[in-house]
Amino acid sequence: MIELRSLTRRYGRTTAVDDLTLTVRPGHVTGFLGPNGAGKSTTLRMLLGLTAPTSGTATIGGVRFRDLPRGLRHAGALLDAGDVHGGRSARAHLAALARSNGMGRHRVDEVLGQVGLDDAADRRVGRFSLGMRQRLGIAAALLGDPPVLLFDEPFNGLDPEGVRWLREVFRRLAAEGRTLFVSSHLMGEMEHCADHLVVIGRGRLIADESLAGFAARAGRAEVVVRTPEPASLTTALTAAGATVRPDPDGALAVLGVTAERIGDLALGLRIPLHQLTTRTASLEEAFMELTAADVEYATRESR
Amino acid sequence: MTAVTRPADEITRTPHPARYRDLLAAEWIKLWSLRSTWGAFALLLLALVGLATHAALATHAGWPDWTAQRRAVRSPLWDAFPAEAQMFVVLAASGVGAVAIGGEYASGLMRTTFAAVPRRHAVAAAKLTVLTGVLTLLGALGAAAAFAVSQAILADVGASMSVSEPGALRGIAASALLVPLCALVGMALAALIRHTAPAIVTAATVLLLLPTAVNEDERWSAWLRHAMPVPAWQRLIEPGGPPPWLTDTYPATVSGAWTTYAVWAAVAAAVVMLALHRRAP
Repeated sequence: MIELRSLTRRYGRTTAVDDLTLTVRPGHVTGFLGPNGAGKSTTLRMLLGLTAPTSGTATIGGVRFRDLPRGLRHAGALLDAGDVHGGRSARAHLAALARSNGMGRHRVDEVLGQVGLDDAADRRVGRFSLGMRQRLGIAAALLGDPPVLLFDEPFNGLDPEGVRWLREVFRRLAAEGRTLFVSSHLMGEMEHCADHLVVIGRGRLIADESLAGFAARAGRAEVVVRTPEPASLTTALTAAGATVRPDPDGALAVLGVTAERIGDLALGLRIPLHQLTTRTASLEEAFMELTAADVEYATRESR
Repeated sequence: MTAVTRPADEITRTPHPARYRDLLAAEWIKLWSLRSTWGAFALLLLALVGLATHAALATHAGWPDWTAQRRAVRSPLWDAFPAEAQMFVVLAASGVGAVAIGGEYASGLMRTTFAAVPRRHAVAAAKLTVLTGVLTLLGALGAAAAFAVSQAILADVGASMSVSEPGALRGIAASALLVPLCALVGMALAALIRHTAPAIVTAATVLLLLPTAVNEDERWSAWLRHAMPVPAWQRLIEPGGPPPWLTDTYPATVSGAWTTYAVWAAVAAAVVMLALHRRAP
């Protein structure tokens, strides 16, 4: 269980995290979404006691992380796969971490096996690919068999096989009753493994709900109509209060009226219809729309 | 900041004692799993013993031609602990110290370390203990070997001293302790600078170059010079005070030199503890 209460962090005049209050429950994968610079990493760092909050609290299992003598059995984390010394072997890196928390070498061998790094264990981390470093970071997070796991952009640098593997790992860990809090700036990465979504933008909470709820709330139903007489149908639909946007391929995208209503209208005017389809916006589109106003580094064209 | 928190044991499924010796063991693994450690330690021992051998052989070769006066003023410790050897010691030892902390900051490993052990001052204490302990042993080994080898060579011409003579043990101890002292200075600078290479350069500047820029003409400048580690070491390896051709108005004292060692070590350790504890990794 992760709890944030009015968590705020300012850097000079910039507010990285702004009055964030939320609870992340066990047994689920909670996606932590937001555009780049939204404050996700700062939030995770505050949870781990690496950055001090300006105000508010962040607790894991009801305890401020910095008050714990040892951390690995309380929360495992992968913040940045680069947070290792390139001069050490994977085994030595994990051995030092394990030992600092009173765990032995057999635990190191176990997690190396879990992430499939057995064969590379004695190679220097400096020669690892990004994907291998991600696996090493995940191994380190799993060392203490912790009830809470935090991941910051864990899919970065993984090949499709690695992405699928990691999703399965997340699901399995959540099924074991653990709390998983996984940040990403891409909805596509989360929609196949998260059950719950927390969305932030510019440090503020935008959404905190289940994946299904998010989809239903944010996804607007749009009707795609294809007709040989688009001009007269557009006039009729606009008169009925709909918004009509011509698609480049000749179809009409209609908002504000249902497919049934469009069908009845067309029949009344004797306008033939060749296609009448309801299209729900994808989660990705919903996410983009939700965070559009809060994108920290928008491209120039979109401003 | 006030937090409504429950006791830590509520989420600890299997209670585990947080033992300090586990942190020592972790730092031990970290130290020996870096190749640079082995390289620096080899360099240290080679420099200490090799350059002492070289200096003793030079004295051995020239001894028959030396005047009685020259033989009388010369200390056998100068060959055991030649200045060139200490330059290597200062560079290698401060480098090991800088790598131990600077490398961990620069690579980002410090974040991983502190996420595993949120009690940062315990991490800092373990690092200090392991590195100071190992380098004290290494320094003692190197200094004792340098003394033994050089005196064995000098004994051949009757120019050696025994370890029981006044000043011999002090010279060995001062040369041995210079190793952990320089490592502490390297660690402290790396804790402040957080990058390995700049910390090594700064350590070399502070420990080696700065003393050459300060003379002993004035009371304050003499005091400043005596308060530096390398001049303090130079004073400690002189068995009977400064050589006769140096007529210092403000001579360094043995107790002052030991005080310099102690203060630098204590301040460096305090800087490491404070910097690691307070600054976000």
